[in-house]
Amino acid sequence: MAEKEVWITGVGLLTSLGEGLDAHWEALGERRVNADDKRLAPYVIHPIAPVSFDAQIPKKGDQRQMETWQRIGTYAAGLALDSAGVKGNQEILSRMDMIIAAGGGERDLNVDLAIMNADAQGKLPPAVLNEKLMNELRPTLFLAQLSNLLAGNIAIVHGVCGTSRTFMGEEASSIDAARIAVARIGAGQSDIALVGAAHNGDRGDLLMLYSFGDFALKDQYASVWARRNNPGFAIGSAGAFLVMESREHAEARGAKPYARLTKVVADLAKRKAPGAVTKSLQSMWPQLGVSNDSAMLITGATGAEPATAEEREFLGQHPGLAVRATGTTFGHTMEAQFPLGLALAALSISRGALYPANDPTGLEVEKTEAPTQIVVLGVGHWQGEGMALVEAVK
Amino acid sequence: MTAPRDKFGRPIVVVTGMGIVTSLGGGKADNWKRLTAGESGIKTVTRFPLDSLKTTMAGAVDFVTVDPFSSTSLSQRLAEIATEEALEQSGIGSKGDFPGPLFLAVAPIETEWPQRLEVAREVPTKDFGIIDYLATCSGGKFAHFHRRFTFGSVALSLAETFGTKGSPISLSTACASGATAIQLGVEAIRRGETDATLCIATDGSVNPEALVRFSLLSALSTQNDPPQGASKPFSKNRDGFVMAEGAGALVLESYDAAIARGARILGVVAGCGELTDSFHRTRSAPDGKPAIGCVRKTLADAGMEPEQIDHINAHGTSTPENDKMEYLATAAVFGEHTKNIPVSSNKSMVGHTISAAGAVEAIFSLLTLEHQRIPPTINYEVPDPAIPFDVVGNKARDAKVTAVMSNSFGFGGQNASLILTREPA
Repeated sequence: MAEKEVWITGVGLLTSLGEGLDAHWEALGERRVNADDKRLAPYVIHPIAPVSFDAQIPKKGDQRQMETWQRIGTYAAGLALDSAGVKGNQEILSRMDMIIAAGGGERDLNVDLAIMNADAQGKLPPAVLNEKLMNELRPTLFLAQLSNLLAGNIAIVHGVCGTSRTFMGEEASSIDAARIAVARIGAGQSDIALVGAAHNGDRGDLLMLYSFGDFALKDQYASVWARRNNPGFAIGSAGAFLVMESREHAEARGAKPYARLTKVVADLAKRKAPGAVTKSLQSMWPQLGVSNDSAMLITGATGAEPATAEEREFLGQHPGLAVRATGTTFGHTMEAQFPLGLALAALSISRGALYPANDPTGLEVEKTEAPTQIVVLGVGHWQGEGMALVEAVK
Repeated sequence: MTAPRDKFGRPIVVVTGMGIVTSLGGGKADNWKRLTAGESGIKTVTRFPLDSLKTTMAGAVDFVTVDPFSSTSLSQRLAEIATEEALEQSGIGSKGDFPGPLFLAVAPIETEWPQRLEVAREVPTKDFGIIDYLATCSGGKFAHFHRRFTFGSVALSLAETFGTKGSPISLSTACASGATAIQLGVEAIRRGETDATLCIATDGSVNPEALVRFSLLSALSTQNDPPQGASKPFSKNRDGFVMAEGAGALVLESYDAAIARGARILGVVAGCGELTDSFHRTRSAPDGKPAIGCVRKTLADAGMEPEQIDHINAHGTSTPENDKMEYLATAAVFGEHTKNIPVSSNKSMVGHTISAAGAVEAIFSLLTLEHQRIPPTINYEVPDPAIPFDVVGNKARDAKVTAVMSNSFGFGGQNASLILTREPA
C-alpha cells in the first residue's frame, strides 16, 4: 500500500525571539538574536522571551503545577493547535496522537545547593539527606520534573487525548518523535498527531550535565559558525510544536498545509571513530530524495565539537546549499532542536522565502527564490543524527 | 496452516524471546517458580539509611550490583541481564548483531546524589553558588558523568552492546512505559519496517530521592512491617504501592520471519491500545472513562470480543484509587463476563517496577499462557467489597487461559493495555 502523504498543518513557536509565526518571521528578517551573557555568566544562554502564559494556559492552578519548561511547551502546543484550527475541537483532539520529546524539568536549585554545601562542609551525615529531601522538596515538584508530564499537561490543558508517548534522549528524541509520527501517519496507524518539545535554557541545574562534558558556551556569544576558537553551545529556550496529519484527513476538514513533511531519517553514528558524523550524514542524504543540490537546509548545529566540525565537513560537500543554523539565533534547544528546524522550514515554505542568513563567516548565503524543498538537519552534541525533507505541497 | 496475517491484514507479531529480572530473582525459571509459589520480593531497604522516611521497604534488586552505584547504571545492568536471556532464548541474529531497532522504556535520568556530592566536595569556595559549582563540574574530571547521565545514555549503551539497528528510542510513559515499548515494537513490525524489534523496559530507581518523591505524593504504602505484607492489591486495607526494580526484555518478530527461521513462538501480541486521561496529573478520572476507552481500543485492535479474554493481569498497584478505578473500568467493558475472569496482580509480590512494569507483566502473562497457571495476588486477606473481581487470592490457580489482557495505568494520564495470546487468532 502506498504511504500516505503527511502535511504540516499547524505550527506553534515560543522562543527567545517571541511567540507566534509573525513575530518569528519579523525577527528572523531582522536577524535578531536574544542572547544573555550576564544572567548565568560566564555561560551564554538564550532566555525565553517575556510571555503571559494565560493566553494558552488560562487556569492559574494549571500554571502553578508546572515548571517553566512545561509552561513553554504547553503554551507552544496550544499555538500549534490554534494554527491548525483544531483548538477546542473535541472530536479531533480526543483521537489526536501525541509524541513529545522531553528531558527533565527544573530542580529546586536552592534545596540542592543547601544540601551540597552542607555536605561539602562535613555537615551532612548520610541520614540527613533523607530528612532534608523529605522536608524541603515541594511535593508537586516531582510532577513538574517528570519527562512525561509535559504530555500530561498538554492533555489536561488542551485535551489532546489519543495516544501519548514521550521520547527521551536529548536531540535524537525529537528526531525520532518526528520520524515515528510520520511513519505512523504514512502507514495509516494515525490520522493526526501533535509532535514537539520544550526547553528552558535559563537553568543553572541543567548546565551541570553539559559542564561535565565542557559543552556549554562560555564568555562570549558568537554565531555558531564562528565558534572555532571557543566551541560550545549556548543553551536556548523554545517550545516548538507541529500538527502533522495525513493529506486526506487535512483535506476532509478543509485545513491548509504549511508544507509537506516528506521524509524523516535518523541514525546512531558510532562516534568513537573520527568522521563518523560526516559519514552518517552522507549515508542519510540520499534517502531524503532531494531533487536539487542547491536546495536549502536548516540545521540545528550546536557549536559543540567535534560534532559541528564533522557536520561542516558534510556541508562543505554540498556547496550549493543555502544553510541556516538555528543555533546562532535561538541557541541550542536540545530536545526542541529538530521540531524548531521543522517549524522554521514549514514557515519559510509557507511564506515563499527563506529568511536571511546570519553568519559573519560566509558559510550561510542568501537565497532569493521561493523554497520548494528544505532539508532539516539535526546532529546531537553527543549522540544521534537525523534529517528531514520538508517540501511545498504540490 | 495459520494465516500469516491478522484479520486486519497486518503482519502478526509474535514473541520469540523473553528475559526478566525482578526482586524475586534473575531469569524466567526462578521468577515463575517463586511467583507461582506466592513469594514476595519486597524487603526492608538496606541500600541507604532509612532515617526520616515514611516508607522503608521496596522490591530492590540487591543481588545485582554495580560499582559505582547509580540507579542509571543499575537500570542498564538489569536491562542487559534480561536482554541476554531473551536473545539466548530467541536465537535471533548473532552476538552483538540484533537485526532490528531498540525500544527502551527507562526512567527519566538525571545526575544522582552521590555524584552531585562527589563534585560538591571538590568545590574550592565555601558557601558556593551554582556558578562556582559549575566551574568544578567542567574541566574534564567529571566527563564520565555526562556520558552516564544523559537521557540517551542507557539506550546508547544497549544499542552498542546488542547491535540493534538505527536510532534507539528511549521512552517514558510513566507506569505504562513497558507496555508502550512493546506497542512501538508491534507498530514497527506491522508497518513492515522491520521483521524484528527488541523491546526492553528497565527500572533501578530505588534511591533516597525517588522514594522521597513518591512518598511526598502519598503514593507509597507505609505498612512497613512486615515488608512482604505491604503490597495488597484489591484488599480493603491497601494503602499505596511499593517501589520496585526490575527489567523485562522481549524479542518481537513477524510471524513469517519467526517461522522462516524455525523459531519457537512463545506467544502473540494480538492487540495494543492506548488512551490518555486528561483528568489530573496523578489521579485517574474517577469514572474510569479513559481506562474504559483504552481497554476497548485494545480489544478492537486485536479484533476480539470481551468474552474472549479469560484472564486479566491487572495494573493492580495497591493504591486505593487505582484498584477501584480498574475494577470500574473492567466492569464497564466486560459487563456480566467480569465475574468469569480471574484477575491477579503480580505487584503483590514483585512490587511496582514502574518503568519496567508493563514489560515485566507482559512476560508474566505469557508465562501464564505457557503454563496454564495464574500466579496469585498475595496478601489478599481482607477483600475490598467494592472490588468484586474474581481475584486469584494467595494461591496460584490452574486455569485454561487463551487470551490475557495486561493493563498499565500511570501518572500523567498514561493508559496502555496489551492482549497476549498463545496462538495467532
